Amino acid sequence: MNLEQAGGGATAPLLELRGAGKSFGGVTALEGVDFDLRAGEIHGLVGENGAGKSTTMKIIAGVHHDYRGEMLVGGRPARFRSPGEALAAGVGMVHQELSVAPELTVAENVFLGAQPVTRLGLVDWSRMNREARGLITSLGLDLDPRARMGDLPVGLQQMVELARVLFSGARILILDEPTSALSPPEVERLFTVLRRLRGEGRGLIFISHFLDDVLAISDRVTVFRNGRRVTTEPVAGLTKDAVIGHMIGRRSAELHMGETAELRGDDARPVAMSLRAPGLDIDLRAGEITGVYGFMGCGQIELARALFGKGRIRGARIEIDGRPVSLRSTAAARAAGVAYVPENRRMMLFREAPVYKNVSIAILDRIHRVWLRPKAERRIAQTHIADLQIRPPQAGIAVGSLSGGNQQKVALAKWLTHLPKVLILSEPTRGMDVGAKEDVIRILRSLRDRGVAVLVLSTEPETILTLAERVLVMRKGAATLSLSRGRIDKSHLLAAA
Amino acid sequence: MSSTAESRPPRRSAAMGFLLGQLRNIAPVIVLIAMVAFFSSTSSTFLTVANFMNILSQISLTAIIAVGLTFVILTAEIDLSVAAVANAVGIMVAYFTLQPEYVNIANMPVHGVLAIVLTLAACFAIGLTTAFGVTVIGIPSFIMTLAMMQIANGVSAMLVRGQIAYNFPDAITFLGSGSIFGVRATIVVALVFLVTAHLVLTYTRFGRYVYMVGGNREAAEYSGVNVRFVIGAVLVIGAMCSGVAGMLGVAYFGSAQQTQFDTYLLDAIAAVVVGGTSLFGGRGGIGNTVIGLLVLGVLNNGLDHIQIDSFLKILIRGLILLAALIVNVYAQALRAPRTADEG
Repeated sequence: MNLEQAGGGATAPLLELRGAGKSFGGVTALEGVDFDLRAGEIHGLVGENGAGKSTTMKIIAGVHHDYRGEMLVGGRPARFRSPGEALAAGVGMVHQELSVAPELTVAENVFLGAQPVTRLGLVDWSRMNREARGLITSLGLDLDPRARMGDLPVGLQQMVELARVLFSGARILILDEPTSALSPPEVERLFTVLRRLRGEGRGLIFISHFLDDVLAISDRVTVFRNGRRVTTEPVAGLTKDAVIGHMIGRRSAELHMGETAELRGDDARPVAMSLRAPGLDIDLRAGEITGVYGFMGCGQIELARALFGKGRIRGARIEIDGRPVSLRSTAAARAAGVAYVPENRRMMLFREAPVYKNVSIAILDRIHRVWLRPKAERRIAQTHIADLQIRPPQAGIAVGSLSGGNQQKVALAKWLTHLPKVLILSEPTRGMDVGAKEDVIRILRSLRDRGVAVLVLSTEPETILTLAERVLVMRKGAATLSLSRGRIDKSHLLAAA
Repeated sequence: MSSTAESRPPRRSAAMGFLLGQLRNIAPVIVLIAMVAFFSSTSSTFLTVANFMNILSQISLTAIIAVGLTFVILTAEIDLSVAAVANAVGIMVAYFTLQPEYVNIANMPVHGVLAIVLTLAACFAIGLTTAFGVTVIGIPSFIMTLAMMQIANGVSAMLVRGQIAYNFPDAITFLGSGSIFGVRATIVVALVFLVTAHLVLTYTRFGRYVYMVGGNREAAEYSGVNVRFVIGAVLVIGAMCSGVAGMLGVAYFGSAQQTQFDTYLLDAIAAVVVGGTSLFGGRGGIGNTVIGLLVLGVLNNGLDHIQIDSFLKILIRGLILLAALIVNVYAQALRAPRTADEG
């Protein structure tokens, strides 16, 4: 609690990690990380997905406790066993997905679980509203504590959550992607509040993919790559290019596969499907792989869903083969020749059902209008099993017992019996071992060669750079970069996202 | 690394795993055998051909309702309006039939065939209304069918106004109270419904969709299955089965009046669930429903054969239903650890 007191002056950091490491089931996620946070500092944290940012923060916030190395809070050794313990010691975290109760008032959200009560044991509303107003005013905001949370814009909801964490007495604040859902004025307001908190001597850790935001608000920036801390530098004199260079690592000799790509978009090819919406304009061409890159929450999931008739994008017009269509259901999208493999296999597969039923579900109507033909289903499944090298090669075993890569192949096989016009895939290679990844890439390329318009959406630049012949980068629901020719590498994607 | 290995549940033997996986199918059969054995040993009149036919006759109307409900529960939805719809439809067919002088109902007599057609059309409309509320508006089926239950009861009340109707179209009278080759006609109709439903669920594309939508609704939708159509269709099937049971039921009872089907709601749900069809959807089927019907039929009938307090019967049925629900949910939980490992 008395962190500054224990630290003894401005030189001792609020928080320090020494040689922190963490493994998950034999895979090292973090190794030898030193990190420190000073009082009155905003410390930016950047790195690609899986670089070790979140693991580090989860150690600090008490989510992981079986880590290597040691942590000092206010100069004293500490090892939190739960987020509650971390909060009690003054370490609070505001997550990317806000955990607010939309039906409750602002004041109730601030005091969630700790409402002040009268002597009779009833909630002391007037005191709660008064104190909530005080806290909110101290953040420089003017907000009615009796307003319903769900009626507020996301930016203000985030402020209320921030107020809650501050109310719990946090001296160290971790903010995970705080700007990803905010409009530019909201970002400005957040920064004003963060600077105010910095002025009060608190330490803030600002995790973000948005490098412009990080450079605008941070005093120092720490870059992670492959589970290690690459560098910690004062923001003065640091450029976006330099940060990206640290994030992806400079390899002068040779660039690895997927770190650079030669785009070969051909505008002569026919457009199989197109979507026009404010700020977003996308053409999917037959025989081409289009890649959409963006961070989590950039709107690519919504784009994929809208193209498959699940959900809508405001003001969007969709055309297939030049004709406007209205995709009211996924069944309508399938009938129109659109196929979709979502990012989460659980959303796509019937784990307890055998492989052949998982494959045939999308083509039962083509096998027979009324009756089931199990023999035909198994024969078709067996063909795909052979083509895609699904292991074990049995059509009758439950999909849930296959490995992740083989499950992904089954999810793909569903759409391969009768080739779709358009195949949309979210994160097609995420979480797969190298062999399965290469298989999937090979399959997608062969589909392209057979005239399918393939759309790959991913948060991993490697996936996009490996597969795409045409690239679109999305940010907050709009396209920020659209390229069809020339040589690009990761830095182009990261800079635009 | 070692800690993750230790935290896994101990591996079960293959045979044990199979038995646990089949718990929902095996348990009801064991219960049925045990009950038949118990009632046979305690009552001399229980184990006779005549009594067996009697049991079949007693469960035949429940069976027709339970067929529709099996479709609904397989998609992980529920229909609480089945008994009320049966009642309303039974009264409707009487409303379209000429009643004796002393029945004081302002009804609308038409030709028998037309009466049946009109009644079935009304029943279809009720099913469509439920389907619309659930699939288009998005009301949870539990609440939507609760409202439809009240509406159907209201229709019943409006049509008979506390009176009792006695006449029905000839075809209905025959199917509800007649016999075919010495077998009660309702048993034959129930058999036709059970067999047809089994064929539909097992051998048709629609049947596969019912199971897949119940097994993983999201995956079905992302596979391009028209999930809303499937759910709407099972709700209409549920209403139509209830309607047929209602029409035959009034003839079976010999009269049409309010609230005469009230016990059928619990019986039909109990039959499906006791038989082992999962409340979470996707598992079970007509075979399970048949076993469930027999369990309930034997229980109700057997309790009449051994001298027992008739009020205690109600409590016993409640306890049996609770036990079945526990097995139903527990069977799902037992499966979960084997499929929960992330792939």
